[in-house]
Amino acid sequence: MKNEKSGLIVSVSPHIKDAETTERIMWSVSLSLLPAVLMGAYFFGPRAVFTVILSILSAVLSEYIFLKAMKKKVVVLDGSAFLTGLLLGLNLPPSVPFFIPVIGAIVAVIITKQLFGGLGYNIFNPALIGRAFLLVSFPRLMTVWNEPAAAFIHLDARTTATPLGILKEEGVTKLIEVFGDKWNLYSQLLFGHRGGCIGETSVLALLIGAAFLMHKKYITWHIPISFLGTASLIAWIFGGQEGFFTGDPLLHLMTGGLMLGAFFMATDYVTSPSVKNGQILFGTGCGFLTMLIRLKGGYPEGVMFAILIMNCFSPLIDRGFRTKVFGAVKKPEQGAKQ
Amino acid sequence: MISALFRGGIHPPDNKNLSAEKPIATASQPDTVFIPLSQHLGAPCKAVVTPGQEVKKGEQIGEPGGFVSAPVHSSVSGKVAAIGEFPNAMGRMVTSVVIENNGKDEWTILKDTPDFERLSPEELKEKIKIAGIVGMGGAAFPTVIKLSPPKEKPIDTVILNGAECEPYLTADYRLMIEHPDEIILGLEILIKIFGVPRGYIGIEDNKPDAIEKMNQALQGKETIEVVALPAKYPQGAEKMLIKSVTGREIPPRALPMDVKVVVQNVGTARAVFEAVRYGKPLIERVLTVTGGGIHDPRNLFVKVGTLISHLIEECGGLREDAVKVISGGPMMGFALPSPDVPVTKGTSGIVVMSEQEMVHAADFGPCIRCGRCIEICPMGLMPSMLSIYAEKGFYEGAKEYNLFDCFECGSCAFVCPSKRPIVQLVRLAKSMVKP
Ligand code: SF4
Ligand code: SF4
Repeated sequence: MKNEKSGLIVSVSPHIKDAETTERIMWSVSLSLLPAVLMGAYFFGPRAVFTVILSILSAVLSEYIFLKAMKKKVVVLDGSAFLTGLLLGLNLPPSVPFFIPVIGAIVAVIITKQLFGGLGYNIFNPALIGRAFLLVSFPRLMTVWNEPAAAFIHLDARTTATPLGILKEEGVTKLIEVFGDKWNLYSQLLFGHRGGCIGETSVLALLIGAAFLMHKKYITWHIPISFLGTASLIAWIFGGQEGFFTGDPLLHLMTGGLMLGAFFMATDYVTSPSVKNGQILFGTGCGFLTMLIRLKGGYPEGVMFAILIMNCFSPLIDRGFRTKVFGAVKKPEQGAKQ
Repeated sequence: MISALFRGGIHPPDNKNLSAEKPIATASQPDTVFIPLSQHLGAPCKAVVTPGQEVKKGEQIGEPGGFVSAPVHSSVSGKVAAIGEFPNAMGRMVTSVVIENNGKDEWTILKDTPDFERLSPEELKEKIKIAGIVGMGGAAFPTVIKLSPPKEKPIDTVILNGAECEPYLTADYRLMIEHPDEIILGLEILIKIFGVPRGYIGIEDNKPDAIEKMNQALQGKETIEVVALPAKYPQGAEKMLIKSVTGREIPPRALPMDVKVVVQNVGTARAVFEAVRYGKPLIERVLTVTGGGIHDPRNLFVKVGTLISHLIEECGGLREDAVKVISGGPMMGFALPSPDVPVTKGTSGIVVMSEQEMVHAADFGPCIRCGRCIEICPMGLMPSMLSIYAEKGFYEGAKEYNLFDCFECGSCAFVCPSKRPIVQLVRLAKSMVKP
């Protein structure tokens, strides 16, 4: 507010602010996914890139049209719709028909985000709801896995199933057989030479992006480490075929959408708890549910549903883990209700 | 030695280098002073002079209007031109005494007490009371009230606040460098009043010269210790300072005396010494005039009642890109609608912000629940929830989230990537519900 006479600005303290902005955070997270996009392009070809771009465009456009239609301020450049579209695209199989990313993006942005009140008010991770909707509506189209185009080694035709799918249906011995030997399996998983969603296959690319986000302090260890830690522990204890404590946690960590989910989806600010201790519980819950679905459920992969289920609990967790007020003897019970 | 550090806090760019090396200079005499009769927390004074009357420097012009109050004295010699309503720094109209300065600086007769060390605590307090001393760190609470806690609240520690954690401000820093002995004598008087064994001076460790100067001046004095505090805002907030120095946490809604501590600003300690030794009332103070929007940032020794516009001229005037004038520091100070308002006993600095230093807050976004504000809130609150409830008009909801424990330090609004005006929303909510 400017004072008419003096021309001075009058506003409430504080008068200085940090340079960090929501836009910068959103664009940085998008940037951190660039390695994954590049690896997806490398392994799955132009078609995959096209799918991702289409998903981004649909998300941004949906947001724009919705905000215009509702006569709200158009804030498309805050980068959040872009990021949602990008995450959705990376969570799709490489060669889905073109209407798939479009529908997914509309569900993600309009139904999951805008109808709940826009950025900051959505309960569920928009990209994941988009994907869940597609998986339930078009189960066949969403599970067509094509063979990576760039092949360092020749794999047999079975690679058109995801490693996690093979693991679930036929066991670890078969999986190793498909990839030749165990080391080859690990290194292919690390680099991303395998069937799967566009952005989830290269563990290395995802780790580079995650390191960037952690370095920039955009995410902290709390959610991803508790998520991955819990999943590894359960995989080790219950994931083996020769009884307890014979599972291979590394195999579980590197397959499916676990890395993508733990570092880039579960850490979504809006839909995860804000209090650090609560984040640990949230991550643990995600890890537990992921493995429950992987080992006992009907789908080979459980990351998506695990995160969505935990999203529901975020507000509750935040209330339960409220920070201690300075000088208060015990946690105030006020505010827990409501 | 530091006892325990408080949780949270931020590290804003401090920009103290603009003025840190400028020695305290006496500001030029203003032609007229506007002395508000309410410069302190508590009841306003009643004028004891009439228009046309000649007054000397240091003469009482307003007497306390209640128990929590402090007398007001003339900062110049000259003639009372008017008594009327004039705007103060908060933009409110307050009764003020306008005095035309004759420029002669003629003092009224002050009572010198060279052997002040022989005075009893009661006599010391009386001298502090009639000198009109209030907290000079900003809150302007009458000092003598703090020095007279009820019997059932014994005090065992006196702390001087030399943290000066607000960015830009360097007045306390200069005082510690240039007048360490007077600050220490002031602290010794406070120690004597309470009869406590020890006193501390808390200074942020980004001011090593001040720590060194105070330590030198303390050679051979066992009762006082300098505590180097890690520099982080709001280290100088009373609660945080007490926690850092003594490890004690003041419970919600309690006062420092509830944990047996009294805190005074270093500038106040010096004023206490001058009041006791020379009988000098609080009519002048050191403050920093600084910021990217002013030509020549300085530390000035200023008469209470001097218009801020006069000081801005004194420092070379506003730069072309100056957009905001703040009374106090940039974290907790308030923006002035006009610079034609007087300096009071509690004015710790004037910060003129330039266009580049500003982040325009007109546009703020929704809370993205990033948790940054929760991480840094020194009070352990959830500023995000306070701001969301207040924005939606659910003021009771904000209260559930400990609204009234927020002391508006502004750390949350500083870190918020969505630039949410959290302090503004908190104030709104506070005005809408009962504590
Ligand atoms: S202004 Fe209030 S809520 Fe914000 S950080 Fe300071 S004490 Fe916490
Ligand atoms: S810092 Fe701002 S955006 Fe982040 S949780 Fe706090 S209020 Fe919300």
